[in-house]
Amino acid sequence: MANGNALLDARDVTIRFGGLTAVSQFNLAIQPHELVGLIGPNGAGKTTVFNMLTGVYKPTEGAIFVGGVSTREFKPYQITALGVARTFQNIRLFKELPVIDNVKIGGHIHYKYSGTSAVLKTNRFHDAEEIADRDARELLKIFGLERRADYYAKNLPYGDQRRLEIARALAARPKLLLLDEPAAGLNDRETRDLMQTIHDIRDRFDIAILLIEHNMELVMGICERIIVLSFGKTIAQGAPDAIRANPVVIEAYLGEPAEAAGI
Amino acid sequence: MTKSLPWWLRDVLLLSGFVAVLIGLSYGLEAIPIAGIAYYNRILVIMGINITLAVSLNIINGHAGQFSLGHAGFMAVGAYFSAYLTYYHFAPRLDKMPPGTQQWIMQNVFLVIAVLAGGLLAALAGYLVGLPSLRLRGDYLAIVTLGFGEIIRVLILNIDTIGAARGFSGIPQWSNFFWVFLVCGLTIVISWRLVQSSVGRAFLAVREDQIAAEAMGVDTTKYKVKAFVIGSFLAGIAGGLYAHYMMYLNPQMFMFVKSFEVVAMVVLGGLGSISGSVVAAVVLTFLPEGLRPVKDYMPGGRDPRMVIYSIMLIVLMLTRPQGLLGRRELWQVFGRKKKADVTPDPEKNEKGSSGGATPIS
Repeated sequence: MANGNALLDARDVTIRFGGLTAVSQFNLAIQPHELVGLIGPNGAGKTTVFNMLTGVYKPTEGAIFVGGVSTREFKPYQITALGVARTFQNIRLFKELPVIDNVKIGGHIHYKYSGTSAVLKTNRFHDAEEIADRDARELLKIFGLERRADYYAKNLPYGDQRRLEIARALAARPKLLLLDEPAAGLNDRETRDLMQTIHDIRDRFDIAILLIEHNMELVMGICERIIVLSFGKTIAQGAPDAIRANPVVIEAYLGEPAEAAGI
Repeated sequence: MTKSLPWWLRDVLLLSGFVAVLIGLSYGLEAIPIAGIAYYNRILVIMGINITLAVSLNIINGHAGQFSLGHAGFMAVGAYFSAYLTYYHFAPRLDKMPPGTQQWIMQNVFLVIAVLAGGLLAALAGYLVGLPSLRLRGDYLAIVTLGFGEIIRVLILNIDTIGAARGFSGIPQWSNFFWVFLVCGLTIVISWRLVQSSVGRAFLAVREDQIAAEAMGVDTTKYKVKAFVIGSFLAGIAGGLYAHYMMYLNPQMFMFVKSFEVVAMVVLGGLGSISGSVVAAVVLTFLPEGLRPVKDYMPGGRDPRMVIYSIMLIVLMLTRPQGLLGRRELWQVFGRKKKADVTPDPEKNEKGSSGGATPIS
């Protein structure tokens, strides 16, 4: 079974697509309230790890436990119900829907009532919708989007779309939030704001966060622990300072030093 | 969202008001002293049935985004099953009763039972079609549902009890303006309230992005099947009322052309727009009728109706590919512009909290 009280425990997870081993022997345990970074050069398999954790891909080998439950037979929506929510590298908002509805759909699992009570507009429906509306507006406020609640998501500026994705994921009230390159395409100022926001929401919602990011300033600035992937293998993990100084990591990013390569 | 009244009381009041208006209208319309008023009433009833069909298909195609071409099949299931029940079970029983109020009441009770049963069987068909075919998307699903519609038709063609190729005649005319528009109104309300709820939001999420919907905890398969079941149930009901109004059914009525007709209404009105489906259903019901007099001006009395009809459809789709109303509702188009329809001014965003962002794909 899973170790201790880890929120998420991935054990020797390997996935192959045909002859290609995209990720091999990946191990990761995330404790509550941790902020972990997952970095690596392009094509290292970071997003593939996310897709396995959220049930989009089934690992070829190994097991993933969420809160002690094996997720092997789980579909993505069931894993979300276990308390894992995510954002996407290439934004996947519900573009043709208003901003507030995006967030409400994020909280879908928490607003339970039947279609019949929706049609009859029972008290149950009213109560659930009131909570949904309140929760959604609160989240939008945290991300500074409350004034854009009625815009179509597609009409938001890019930075707001990124933030809306995080708000939507938080609406699922996860215990673990997976952020796939949240700062991609943001300018320096926006990235710094985002760092602050990520830090804040971790404390405010008391969640653990695992994030993929290329922006080293962001990763080193807020993560307590970093895992480095290269060609599907975990080549290093540890505190930001240790990772920064790790020659293996530098090599993965910059290539071998000229002397060592014998040039 | 007034909460001053208990939820059921408001609905009961609204419903009784609606029923009263319908009763008034159904007597009033027949009494209008115009030559051929029966003809206009007949078109009106068919329009009501078409609205029901379009709005119910809009739940599947427009809200849940699952392109179905099998609506005539679901309608046929409802029509034939309810007609079967009435013809073989209810009508003989009614004939044994002495004429009077009691018989009149029982006639309507039987109608409701028969039509509901037809709707339920159609819903079952929707469930059975929905479950295996929902792994498919877009064109592939469209082909499967098209095939389903044809299977139903061919099946009916070979069942002798319900008339096979001869058609099913002798169905009593129990349905009327009142029932058709009651169902039509209820369909619109059901569809509207669903789309305002978490169920409807789940439909829309499936339409917008299935992967994101799953990641947000939406069981996409469940909601696709749900959309199919609700849509086909309502189509079955419409079919039942149609059977009890026309008094005759023929497999030819439920060819795939009928499905396309309904799809044309939904697409023309704007996929996902309930009022758009209603408007388009009204237009496309009246258009062929309104074009009847054109024949008189044609040499040799040829009937160019369908040519004009098709040209108008083509022109409309070329000029407004998103449909008459797009994804908006009637009151959003003509009423005050909602924020949602306004693309934000990039100048203003610069001053906003987000700053000017440059998208990098």
